[in-house]
Amino acid sequence: MTNMPPPLIAVERATAASRAALFAGIALVLVAASLPWWGESSWMREFVEIACYFIFAMMWNLLAGYGGMVSIGQQAFFGFGGYVMLMLGNFAGVNPFVAIPLGALAAGLVAIPVSFVAFRLSGGYFAIGTWVIAEVFRLSFANVSAVGGGSGTTLTALRGIDKATRESTTYWMALACVVAAVALVYLFLRSKRGLALLAIRDNEVAAESQGIPVARMKLAVYVVAAFGAGLAGALYFVGNLRISPDAAFSVNWTAFAIFMVVIGGIGRIEGPLVGALIFWALNKFLSDYGTWYLLGLGLMAILVTLFFKQGLWGYAQQRWGWSLFPTQRKLLHAPGKPAR
Amino acid sequence: MLETLVQGVLLGGLYTLFALGQSLMFGVMRLTNTAQGDFIILGAFAVIAGVSLTGDVAPWLVALAVLPVAFGFGYALQRYVLNGTLGKDPLPSLVVTFGLSIVIQNLLLELFSADPRAIETGGLNTQGIALGDAMSLGVLPLIVLAIAVAATGSLQWLFARTALGRSFRAVSDDREIAELMGLNAKKVYALATAIAFVLIAIAGALQGMRTTVSPSDGPLLLLFAFEAVIIGGMGSFWGTLAGAMILGVTQQIGFRLDPGWGIWFGHIVFLIVLVLRPQGLFPKTRG
Repeated sequence: MTNMPPPLIAVERATAASRAALFAGIALVLVAASLPWWGESSWMREFVEIACYFIFAMMWNLLAGYGGMVSIGQQAFFGFGGYVMLMLGNFAGVNPFVAIPLGALAAGLVAIPVSFVAFRLSGGYFAIGTWVIAEVFRLSFANVSAVGGGSGTTLTALRGIDKATRESTTYWMALACVVAAVALVYLFLRSKRGLALLAIRDNEVAAESQGIPVARMKLAVYVVAAFGAGLAGALYFVGNLRISPDAAFSVNWTAFAIFMVVIGGIGRIEGPLVGALIFWALNKFLSDYGTWYLLGLGLMAILVTLFFKQGLWGYAQQRWGWSLFPTQRKLLHAPGKPAR
Repeated sequence: MLETLVQGVLLGGLYTLFALGQSLMFGVMRLTNTAQGDFIILGAFAVIAGVSLTGDVAPWLVALAVLPVAFGFGYALQRYVLNGTLGKDPLPSLVVTFGLSIVIQNLLLELFSADPRAIETGGLNTQGIALGDAMSLGVLPLIVLAIAVAATGSLQWLFARTALGRSFRAVSDDREIAELMGLNAKKVYALATAIAFVLIAIAGALQGMRTTVSPSDGPLLLLFAFEAVIIGGMGSFWGTLAGAMILGVTQQIGFRLDPGWGIWFGHIVFLIVLVLRPQGLFPKTRG
């Protein structure tokens, strides 16, 4: 790249806000990493839970917001990641913390044959088709007696480790997974492949005619999103210690992800971040209201979709030009030369 | 074996009614209603509430009274909410109907609690006609099947032979041209959803009479409806009926082999059809 002639047009990729956000983010992560020494263990548990929701929502955003594949079946990979982690830990003697990335890897691998079926459908039918596939996963695991069948089983592999070590290690894993998920998605979207993905989202036929391998890109996004969902699932059940098919493959995972992403703003990295924060706050203060809380969440998603199509962050971005994770390429005139 | 087949076909009758509304809405405006199952359950609870409010009125009379309400509700929903979500991007309509699904489930949970309930039919649901010594056919499932066949036939007739059906097909084929020819696509869409909601209410009332309903049942019914539509092929109502029959028979065979795997078998057959014949068995509409 260094021996290329200087371009007539400079490309601006970062903004002042994004540079500030990067430093603030690094500082925040460093402070967060020290939490086990000064925080309470309930905070760590809460963080692990919200981290799982966030990673899962992030991956749903990648799939639907950038890949244009609206799925209601991502819980298939969430649960699969969780179950693989548990089986590796309980039956193969693998340390569950090591089994977390392995579970994610297994979810990514299983997405390849699944995509063969799911990609037969598109649009709204893809959404419900993936849901059927997730139900097949749920019913299959519910009929395997080795993992407790329908009533589920406990992660016994962590028994030897004392509570404080287990909780802080889980917490650090969660923090690392969040940072890795954000970095993965951000770097992916800023790369050449990310540009191809945006082109596909905007117009599939035009993208194909420009030489972008549409089918391969879609598969890649589907596999990456499944990997991320599996990561969230494996992490969640290390924190939770107990798994059951109804909890692992619940459609609520995807429902919450959709609400977070849509309310925060789909197709932008800040979206799931804002959505997860709102979700966490609502959950903390209103979840005692049970059904009314869920009802309000559903209503909020409907209203945001109808009246703020870009979500809350999208609204802010349009209004004030905020962008913490810029993936766009802004063309600027190079000094002294006319732009063409 | 014969009994399993017959029971499967009877179950298929019920699934046909679950699926026809979905088939109609997808056929006319490519709209995937993810709240289909929850609206069916809402229909059942509307009848249950109606029966308990009016005291002694026969449930089928209450169900008949619910139908025009469902028509109006469907019309208004499409006209004032769902029309705004249509377009090339499937996301808005999916999120809105998915949101509706959550809203309905929790509203019903708040109003009626999680207990399963049934529509009291005065013993109709336990009556049977004995065929030979080994087999007995339920009267209510036979009525359901008859209504399903009648509904499929009338929907097909409506589409093929009436002015309204012609406008449905026109906006389905090409919305812009249909509008140039003087059709108001938004009104046509609203009428399609209104009719779909009448079918949904019928399905709900019969589901409530045949078995019990509880607020969280909706998603499973949606999946059955969806599978029937896809197996049958998009845009063909007789295809939807055939798809529902195939699904019903497969599930019955599965249940017979092992109660834990019945629904699983249904899903697997659906996925196999999807791989081998993604356009369904009897497709009419394209994409």
